[in-house]
Amino acid sequence: MTITQIEIQLIAAVVAIACALPGVFLVLRRMAMMSDAISHTVLLGIVLSFFVVQTLDSPWLILGATAMGVITVSLVELLSNTKLVKQDAAIGLVFPALFSVAVILISRFARGVHLDVDAVLLGELAFAPFDRLTFFGLDLPRSLVVMGIILLINLIFISLFYKELKLTTFDAGLAAALGFSPTLLHYGLMGLVSITAVGAFDAVGSVLVVALMVTPAAAAYLLTNNLRRMLMLSALIGVISAIGGYWLARGLNANIAGSMATITGVVFLIIFLFAPERGIVAGIRRRARQKLDFAQTMLAIHLLQHENRPEAEAESQVEHLVEHIRWTPAFVEQVVDYAERRGAVRNEQGQLILTDTGRSLARQALVN
Amino acid sequence: MDFFQLFHDLFFDYTLRTVALGAATLGIVSGALGSFAMLRRQSLLGDAMSHAALPGVVLAFMLTGLKTPLVLMLGATVAGITGILLMVAINRYTRIKEDSALGIVLSVFFGFGLLLLTFLQRNPDARQAGLNKFLFGQAATLLTQDVVTMAIFGGVALLLMLLFWKEFKLLSFDRDFGASLGFPMQWLEILITTLLVIAIVIGLQAVGVVLMSAMVVAPAAAARQWTNRLGWMVAIAAGFGALAGVSGTLISSLGSGLSTGPVIVLCISTIVVISLLFATNRGLFWRWLYQQRNRRKLHAKQVLSNLYLMASQHAEPTHPHAITALKVMGAGERGVRYSLQVLAEEGLVRPAQGDQWALTPAGVDAARALLHNEA
Amino acid sequence: MNEQLSIEVTDLTVAYGEKPVLWDVDLSVPAGTLMAIVGPNGAGKTTLIKAILNLIPTAAGQVLIYGQPYTEQRHRVGYVPQRGSVDWDFPTSVLDVVMMGRYGALGWFKRPGTKERQMALEALAKVGMQDYAPRQISQLSGGQQQRTFLARALVQDAQVYFMDEPFQGVDATTERAIVELLKELRAAGKTVVVVHHDLQTVPEYFDWVTLLNVRRIASGPVSAVFTDENLRLTYGGRVAFLERNGNGVGEQGDRGVGESAVASHISPTPPRPHASTPQPRR
Repeated sequence: MTITQIEIQLIAAVVAIACALPGVFLVLRRMAMMSDAISHTVLLGIVLSFFVVQTLDSPWLILGATAMGVITVSLVELLSNTKLVKQDAAIGLVFPALFSVAVILISRFARGVHLDVDAVLLGELAFAPFDRLTFFGLDLPRSLVVMGIILLINLIFISLFYKELKLTTFDAGLAAALGFSPTLLHYGLMGLVSITAVGAFDAVGSVLVVALMVTPAAAAYLLTNNLRRMLMLSALIGVISAIGGYWLARGLNANIAGSMATITGVVFLIIFLFAPERGIVAGIRRRARQKLDFAQTMLAIHLLQHENRPEAEAESQVEHLVEHIRWTPAFVEQVVDYAERRGAVRNEQGQLILTDTGRSLARQALVN
Repeated sequence: MDFFQLFHDLFFDYTLRTVALGAATLGIVSGALGSFAMLRRQSLLGDAMSHAALPGVVLAFMLTGLKTPLVLMLGATVAGITGILLMVAINRYTRIKEDSALGIVLSVFFGFGLLLLTFLQRNPDARQAGLNKFLFGQAATLLTQDVVTMAIFGGVALLLMLLFWKEFKLLSFDRDFGASLGFPMQWLEILITTLLVIAIVIGLQAVGVVLMSAMVVAPAAAARQWTNRLGWMVAIAAGFGALAGVSGTLISSLGSGLSTGPVIVLCISTIVVISLLFATNRGLFWRWLYQQRNRRKLHAKQVLSNLYLMASQHAEPTHPHAITALKVMGAGERGVRYSLQVLAEEGLVRPAQGDQWALTPAGVDAARALLHNEA
Repeated sequence: MNEQLSIEVTDLTVAYGEKPVLWDVDLSVPAGTLMAIVGPNGAGKTTLIKAILNLIPTAAGQVLIYGQPYTEQRHRVGYVPQRGSVDWDFPTSVLDVVMMGRYGALGWFKRPGTKERQMALEALAKVGMQDYAPRQISQLSGGQQQRTFLARALVQDAQVYFMDEPFQGVDATTERAIVELLKELRAAGKTVVVVHHDLQTVPEYFDWVTLLNVRRIASGPVSAVFTDENLRLTYGGRVAFLERNGNGVGEQGDRGVGESAVASHISPTPPRPHASTPQPRR
């Protein structure tokens, strides 16, 4: 591998981790689509800042874009507080308008400047190593430095405010009662999302920021209940997607960012299907096992409730189960078999007798 | 800017007329169907479906080798529906919430589309991959046949909407109740979402991804402010959509380098802002006005009761008092005079000698009633 | 009260993932009964209604309405969902909502016409809302919303009604009106099953009660079933509730004059001061 290749993968990995971290909170707080909105409106921030400082190399661009991200969030809130539109509609109203303003401004007033809408939207990681600067004596790609700093900011914010973030995410009421300000934290988080989105433009463009923020975090959500672990898993999944995406893109000679997004989707799909407890396959297996377990318990309860009563004989006939409970003959056989094997019932010529095991099974279920 | 020339061109300039018609068509269809999406809290579905359509478009081309609008639209529709089914699956089988599911489908599908597109072009540089057209549409290159295709599909979608009108109303308002009546709500849901996908797909080629998400939400949001009837809301949304489409087309034709898409979005956004501020009854402007009027009324009532309280210390309740005394009494210095004038107009007070004011007999009664009610 | 069973539920079981939410529930309700379903939060009361109406998938069990499977008897069943289950900001009028009750009878595609309008207006008159017909539903108070839902159910002209917490959050006048309506329905031979949150009013409003906590604890006439023992089994703790003089509810245990209000874990709503002499039933 050449240095360039290593650098690209490094940048991709850094971007992925930097996105995954705030992404976890977005997913947990049900604000995933806000990342989509912010990633579009930061363009306006960049354009407006550019008009002020007249250069593309200023850190003011990043600050302006970040501010615009936060402004977006306030506008959405303002709009939904009027109660004239719901929150999801508010998001869908604000960002296309701001984005359109940006596009028009660029095409009218910023022609000839290397501020290309396509570049902002789509990014091109392959070119990143060619834009370099010197950082503490090291010759590094600019994206790496910028994204590295942003990753650091993310890490610092999250570790500093970990307790508060955790509390406000899961119990905003309690947090407020304890004196934390959920609003302040909310805007802090949104600022984090904005600055990360801006920094990631160079590498992956806006839409794919969403892929890196939401998808790994959602996949991690299927794997764990622990917040710390969720953060680490999302970062890990992000890195895997970044590296995997790079190699896929190389093989196909395709766009790296699109490839990375695709891999996040693939990883998500795999986890969606095969996650140990919450995956689809696990669910199917569990339901099949449960069905028989349930049915067995139902059978035991059914027999118990009618035991020693006049209708006991009729109710405990195997045929009766077909009409009384909603079971097919084949399933009745399965259940009776299952129950017999577990020693819950005895089958005496078509009549089912509850054993002691079966009786205690039924009683236990009734008590719970 | 010559308006007459502009309108003349609208009717006689082939390109302008075609583009305007296309924009109007998509405005009508997305405005109407977007109303249901908005009412069902699925405003961002348009955004997701627009982005999700990309791989469908590319795959359709890859499989058929054709670039005709029909083929591409079919590809986009299939991709859109696949995206929706995936979102439903994610929602139903996992604890991942709707917004995250939207984000996942939106970004992954779009990224995949990008992958396919750049792979196709053997060129990893997205800029040259012609993605521009997909993002912002190529309204300027619309042909009559394109508009006809749009109109046909859009027309079918609208007809189906009208046919299933009461079923869709039921679905949007009270799904469970509808299910209890025996209607297959799940199928209706798939149908209405498919119609939305069709609306989006016909607009994509004209005005691109970012625009379509706006055209689903904005006309409906604006229309809601003007009416409380579903039928009117859908009609007005369609009208706003058409208006934005046509005016956006016209305005963008004036400047050079102005893409039609963003201009249309700004037009509809303006309509939204105006509606939010000034719509009958609901508008924020009227709300503010109402509050102001209330404040004045409240203040006048305060002044009236203060005057009564002071006067009741004399034998005669119509005894005049200096305005300075009133100002001190706590209704707030400012506006006391104004309130007195208002009260005078209603015949409840009258000016007296010096800078004094007194209650009229009517005023006395009114003040008594006021204080009695508040007791 | 005739002997025909209007509702027969057998072995109804509903589970979400690992957790059973309803477990082997049996119900037999005679026609012309007013029945309350009570139980603590999370007991599965709404789930029971939804499972009966086939709105959620069941693990087992069947539902018969007048001896036939529910799916064939939909036209005889009316449903009043919880008020909070819809968005009252939806652009529609009171009359419009009530007419939705006729959509089942209209079938596919047909629009409601004069006949449906007339029926809707009559139903609104029965709940005292005829003047509100053209009003936008966001302008309604809680009680008015509830009455609108009731009118919608009335217009279905059903024989069996399922209502989910119709008394929740309504003013006293509306509550009285609803009770009157329920009694009229019963007098017409209809069966009404109501998920109810207020234990205190059960003996006064209902003939029958079902005590539910994932399983059916007890079901039958109030006088027989609404006992301290059963309530204890249902709510799992000490139960103390306002003494009801005259129509004694249960003979044993915790009654004491002036004993304080319902324990907080039983009912989320604070107990309302109640008339000291309950109305004689029927």
